[in-house]
Amino acid sequence: MKSGNRLALLGLQNAPLILFVVVLLTFGLMSDRFLAIANFRNIVIQAAPIGILAIGMTFVLLTAQIDLSIGATMYLTASVLALAFTGLPWPVALLLVTVLAAVVGAINGLIVTVLGVASFITTLSTLFVLRGVAMWMSETRTLPFPDRITDLNRAGVLGIPSAILAFAAIFALAWVVLHQTAFGRQIYAVGEDAEAARKAGIPAKRITFACFVICALCAGVGGFVTVTQIGAVGPKYGDQVEFAAVAAAVLGGVSLFGGRGSVAGTVFGAILIKTVQNGLNIVNADPYIYPLVTGSIIFLAVAVDGLRTRILDTLNRRTIRPLQAN
Amino acid sequence: MSPPAPLLLVEGIRKSFFGVEVLHGVSFTLGRGEALGLVGENGSGKSTSMNILGGVHQPDAGTMLVEGQPYRPADPGAAIAAGIAFIHQELNLFGNLTIEDNLFIDNFPRRGGLPFINRSAIRKSTQDHLAQVDLDLAPTTPVARLSQGERQLVEIAKALSRNARLIIFDEPTTSLTRREVARLFGLVAKLKARGIGIIYISHALDDVMAVCERVTVLRDGAVVGTGTSRDLGVPRLISLMVGRSIETIFPQRTAPPRPSDVLAVTNLGQPGVAEAITFTIRAGEVVGLAGLMGSGRSELARMIFGLDPFRSGTIAVEGVELRDPTPARAMAAGIAFLTEDRRGEGLLMEAPIADNAVLASLRSVANALGLIDGKRVAAASRTMAQKVRLSTDRVEDTLVKHLSGGNQQKVVIGKWLMRAPRLFILDEPTRGIDVGAKQEVYRIINALVEAGSAVLLISSEIEELMGLSDRILTISRGELTGGFDRLDFDREAIMTAAAVGADHAKVSS
Ligand SMILES: Nc1ncnc2c1ncn2[C@@H]1O[C@H](COP(=O)(O)OP(=O)(O)OP(=O)(O)O)[C@@H](O)[C@H]1O
Ligand SMILES: [Mg+2]
Repeated sequence: MKSGNRLALLGLQNAPLILFVVVLLTFGLMSDRFLAIANFRNIVIQAAPIGILAIGMTFVLLTAQIDLSIGATMYLTASVLALAFTGLPWPVALLLVTVLAAVVGAINGLIVTVLGVASFITTLSTLFVLRGVAMWMSETRTLPFPDRITDLNRAGVLGIPSAILAFAAIFALAWVVLHQTAFGRQIYAVGEDAEAARKAGIPAKRITFACFVICALCAGVGGFVTVTQIGAVGPKYGDQVEFAAVAAAVLGGVSLFGGRGSVAGTVFGAILIKTVQNGLNIVNADPYIYPLVTGSIIFLAVAVDGLRTRILDTLNRRTIRPLQAN
Repeated sequence: MSPPAPLLLVEGIRKSFFGVEVLHGVSFTLGRGEALGLVGENGSGKSTSMNILGGVHQPDAGTMLVEGQPYRPADPGAAIAAGIAFIHQELNLFGNLTIEDNLFIDNFPRRGGLPFINRSAIRKSTQDHLAQVDLDLAPTTPVARLSQGERQLVEIAKALSRNARLIIFDEPTTSLTRREVARLFGLVAKLKARGIGIIYISHALDDVMAVCERVTVLRDGAVVGTGTSRDLGVPRLISLMVGRSIETIFPQRTAPPRPSDVLAVTNLGQPGVAEAITFTIRAGEVVGLAGLMGSGRSELARMIFGLDPFRSGTIAVEGVELRDPTPARAMAAGIAFLTEDRRGEGLLMEAPIADNAVLASLRSVANALGLIDGKRVAAASRTMAQKVRLSTDRVEDTLVKHLSGGNQQKVVIGKWLMRAPRLFILDEPTRGIDVGAKQEVYRIINALVEAGSAVLLISSEIEELMGLSDRILTISRGELTGGFDRLDFDREAIMTAAAVGADHAKVSS
């Protein structure tokens, strides 16, 4: 009985991976185009913007907070760029976007840590304010970007496309920060129990603040990558990406209650979501079915997570007396 | 030459919360290698004093000197840096991190000038410090997997890793097994021999006497006496603490148990947890359950209350079988359950006393429309506060997290009493509460039983079981191993029966 539980657990612990294989096989059987290397490369390129956003979201989720304003941050920073700074060389433009995004993150972080307002409410308000400002500035027009920016999409190093490079770089950076630095470990401590963290001498508020800034930075960069891919910014730009980002993180095993999960899982979650969408696209599925399938997969992942926790609990419960052999 | 300054000198500390002064000038000293006991009733200000010493709160007045140097920590980090380690009443470790991460969480050694953690250094150092506390675990073990006793040792290892000069223990033994307690005391002796000063807070006065050279007694936020353990003695300590002497701790019951069964458990079994457990509790009877920690005593209680599953057997309350028990069904059948983990399961910390008090009996405070009636909530919880003699009657605006540990316990008891339960299961009801409050709890139990309810009492304190129970059952490895009637109570025999086969108990994870 016990070994059965362990087997189930092994399956559940690797549920996203199993899900991924199932998805690959399903679409692979339905279309031979799907399993081509070129298609997979495509999937990662498509997953890059949402993946970058989700990595930033992971930092905030790890501290048991949430940031709903990342889509609005994307929209605002891209609009400012499109309105006033299209003449800049791209590295300067990227820098400008990240600085502006960091300011937004700092505002969120200050409201949450200094004023003590719940992050859900705080970032819900900044979502509306930032979107409002961006719409007002752009007069709700769709603003185009010059080739200098959109050419980046086709650029790359050693044949690796720029979007994938950006995605990989941000992932590597985030991974190192979370696992190899004191700051990263302290994020996990704060997410587990902020009061205990304070008593342990950890600057809990400063850490939470920093995570909001990091999340916004990622929103700026993710937005910039999106801009290179679609070449224009309009009123629907970045709409509801916050939910996709949260979904990717949760799919990858990040807990909404803080302290649990990793960016590796998040990256995997983002790629899984995009793989499904890409597969549906290749088999010419009805577009109405997309959100349905994505939603079901997220639901499945969350259900699996709950089941996994439950089985872990029973397995970790110490037995008091020997079990009869059976 | 003047004599060397003491390790710690605390002088005239005052502290108010929300305009209410709770410390009125606390003073004491501590020498190197000395252990000072700090005792006092619930809410007398022990934890608050230590929170000030540990930088969690700032004092309103007073001075502190560490080895003659002024000391005034702005935050816990400053206290740790000054060599003062505080092992909190509720342990302060992060279950999601490994032992080594927990040890160094607030100051990881880095690699050169880079921001990266020097893993090999912390692993080596963690191994050394775990060895010093005789804990044979890998540094990479997640803390979530450790028992309470092991966590306690990790906290001590953490203090050692900071070169602590002074270690504060706030009720360290409340959730330790006897063996773990013995281990802890051995370790404390070692620390003292190294010149580390110890402040030891506990309601177990015998423990305080065993560990500490001197004891300081607090009452209502002021020091009412200090002396050597030898001169003071437990009875004197108690009278200093409560302001009166307490003679018979266990009040007498007059009414004998009645013939009808309130609880009948038949053949209860669950693989790996319990086997063929059969017993009854009559109306007006207290049945004590004696067993070591990990014997299955709490699991049995949890099964009866529907918190844990069981594979075979039946549970009946007043002759009616409780089918597929869930907490809601158990409560509907008239069962109340005080769990051993008040923080995790019993209380809403962020809510006021009143909200917690009525939580299990919302119907009784609702008006004709079924809406909660604030006036009734206030009235009911005020009655409850008086019944359990809570330290405050400001039930509507005092948050539970601001109560002292012992008063939190009283709120949980009061919450269940409000339901006038037919069967009250109490798992370690006097853990962390002072002698005076203990007597209150005993009085409450007696009153309940005399009114015809039944009580299942679980306790690690054999005196408590013998003083209160009409019958004692012993449990070991999930099996009942003995039963004793009040007339045949015999300390040794009960302890022996409770330990039957315990050494062979297989603990696997
Ligand atoms: N943060 C706080 N806000 C308001 N009141 C507080 C706070 N902390 C403690 N108090 C109050 O200060 C008094 C002293 O509490 P303290 O926790 O120091 O008692 P204690 O001696 O440790 O008791 P116990 O033995 O029950 O743990 C209590 O009346 C408590 O309600
Ligand atoms: Mg206390």
